[in-house]
Amino acid sequence: MPIALYRIDDRLIHGQVVVGWGQPLEMRFIVLVDDDVAASEWEQELYRMGVPPEMTVHFSTVEDAAANLARFESHGEPGIVLVGDIPTMQRLVAGAGGRIRTVNVGGVHHVPGRSGRLRYVYLTPEEEQGLRDIAAQGVDVTAQDVPSARPVPLDELLASTVGV
Amino acid sequence: MSDQDHHQDRGPADNPGSDSGRSVVDTDAADPAVRAIVAGHGAFAAGIISAVEQITGRGAVFLPISNAGLCLDDIQGTLAQALDKTGARVIFTDLPAGSCTMAVRRMIRERPGVLLVTGANLSLLLDFAMQDDVEPALAVQSALDRGKASMAVYGA
Repeated sequence: MPIALYRIDDRLIHGQVVVGWGQPLEMRFIVLVDDDVAASEWEQELYRMGVPPEMTVHFSTVEDAAANLARFESHGEPGIVLVGDIPTMQRLVAGAGGRIRTVNVGGVHHVPGRSGRLRYVYLTPEEEQGLRDIAAQGVDVTAQDVPSARPVPLDELLASTVGV
Repeated sequence: MSDQDHHQDRGPADNPGSDSGRSVVDTDAADPAVRAIVAGHGAFAAGIISAVEQITGRGAVFLPISNAGLCLDDIQGTLAQALDKTGARVIFTDLPAGSCTMAVRRMIRERPGVLLVTGANLSLLLDFAMQDDVEPALAVQSALDRGKASMAVYGA
């Protein structure tokens, strides 16, 4: 079974992921791909506490996740692959050998230097190029915070503006 | 400005629908019907429903009612009108002894099948919101279990 969602979300595991997407898609596992979290037992315990008992969390470096995508896809139940930023997703897509067909931009929030595109997506010029690079590899990139929201295509996302 | 400041709560009325035909997954993007009323002090109901909306996009399953400025009879009348208008069979309130709770308890004596849940919290409402096709009584019980289980203490 393919991974149901490849998501970029700087909050990693939080309500929108666990409840907003997790419940309607009946997610049974999350692959949290982050080199720092994969090296920190304390961070992992923190995120484990944020998921309900019916869901398991796997922590992985980008390199290991790219190598193990086939195994996650053969899990038999729906799962989500979660990264915290665009460069991480770029690395994952590059290492995945074409396995990743869609990427969901779910939350890239404001920090200085980023411009508002949607109320939950703020991007630097480098991050915009990063998303274009991901799309150039044949990946359908859309922004969508929750399942009931309209998925915003990449071109529309990059042409949008919201105030800071 | 923090990222929280950029999150403008979407009320149930402007829940975005899907109009592009493109989706990461197949989802039902239609606005759901009101399935429950949330009643409480001040802006409790509107606030907690905005949180449901932010997390799930399903805030529209709840109708908020505040007791602000209302006497007991007015609260009871407002709630009765809301039940009749929406067809909802469930009412969530904040405090077990709050005025909304007391009004609902009086009102539902004459309304068999209407369920009152007091002490509502966000986990409880989220779970209820996600149960589209479940009988109200079953959905309430599941949500209640989830809401109770969400309360925990960490640290010394």
